[in-house]
Amino acid sequence: MTDLTGDSQKPDDAAYLVDELENTSHKKSISSIIVTFFILMAIWVLLSGKFDTFHITLGIISSAIIAFFFSDLLFRNLILGRLPRVWFRFIVYIPWLIYQIFLANIHVLYLVFHPRMLELIDPKIIEFRSKLKKEMSILTFANSITLTPGTITVSATVLGKFAVHAIDETSGRALPGEMEKRVERIFED
Amino acid sequence: MDDFFLYASLFLCLIMMISLYRAVFGPTVLDRLIGVNAIGSKTTALLILIGIIYHRVEMFVDIALAYALLNFIAVLAASRYFQKIKGLYDEPQESLKRK
Amino acid sequence: MSVIIIIFLATGLVFFAGGAIGIIRFPDFYSRLHPAGKLDTAGLFMTMIALALYTIYEFNVDNLITALKIILIVVFVFLTSPVATHAIVDAGVRAGLKPWTKEKEKEDNK
Repeated sequence: MTDLTGDSQKPDDAAYLVDELENTSHKKSISSIIVTFFILMAIWVLLSGKFDTFHITLGIISSAIIAFFFSDLLFRNLILGRLPRVWFRFIVYIPWLIYQIFLANIHVLYLVFHPRMLELIDPKIIEFRSKLKKEMSILTFANSITLTPGTITVSATVLGKFAVHAIDETSGRALPGEMEKRVERIFED
Repeated sequence: MDDFFLYASLFLCLIMMISLYRAVFGPTVLDRLIGVNAIGSKTTALLILIGIIYHRVEMFVDIALAYALLNFIAVLAASRYFQKIKGLYDEPQESLKRK
Repeated sequence: MSVIIIIFLATGLVFFAGGAIGIIRFPDFYSRLHPAGKLDTAGLFMTMIALALYTIYEFNVDNLITALKIILIVVFVFLTSPVATHAIVDAGVRAGLKPWTKEKEKEDNK
């Protein structure tokens, strides 16, 4: 706690962190329980592959128990009205991410098979500050950075400080750039 | 088509042998962890290929799913465990130089 | 149809091979993570798409569920692979491993 606030530059960062910690207390909202229940139920039907009454009843019971106890692990502070739009934009974001992954994979593949690879690579750790505030958007951004080859997130904090290990000049140059804008647009941050 | 899947899985086994080099001779513990992780993700693909070769995909896909889960949890637990031990990560060449 | 499957599978195998050779060739632990964590993910993505296409070639409900399970594996790996990579990097940073850089390499050679 003191470590995180001591790092921060601006005073509102510390206030924001305290706010965030108070918000994530142990209250459970009914909407997050329902959404968690439907996700778990879909996975149950997919995994069991049987549609008779016995298996569906078992699925409903076990999904309800798990959704009741662990709903705050998946969603915190869920606002139900915004959910469909966020998910729609997230699904639109995925093909772009896969395209980027594909491009960057070919770049790393070229590096791997290059005979003089040691002259081409230049690993370094880049640090930057992101504008993103919400936990979910920071998580998505950090995972997207790691999935795009050539860059690995070394550390990401709630306050938006990122440290990224980049393998050469071209992979590191693109950060934060367009990906941050797209993630920002998804979660309306 | 079955022949092609057979040769693909043989090729996958060959690739796993290459990754095994890093898992056995890796200079640090975390290098070995990387090798194990790479072998695990290849095994997930290999299990479904085996299922297709034996015409029992609907059984092997569950095994592959469980293996992917187990691989993730194993890597997570091992990396959490090994970060507490100090001095384990010195590369052998460097420690020889110091002496 | 089978041509598309073969192309996808071969691309996936090339990605896998690149990952394995990258693990051998790169100089230090941090840069080895780049091919290990992510070329493998891309290879798994390509391979699984090919195998799911082959599975729903004869279309019925059982085959559809099997193909959806294969896609579920891909979704799962896409979620967990960055987390596993991040866990390994974090362990390395906390243990105090220094990243390999060009300047350090030149100093060692002198």
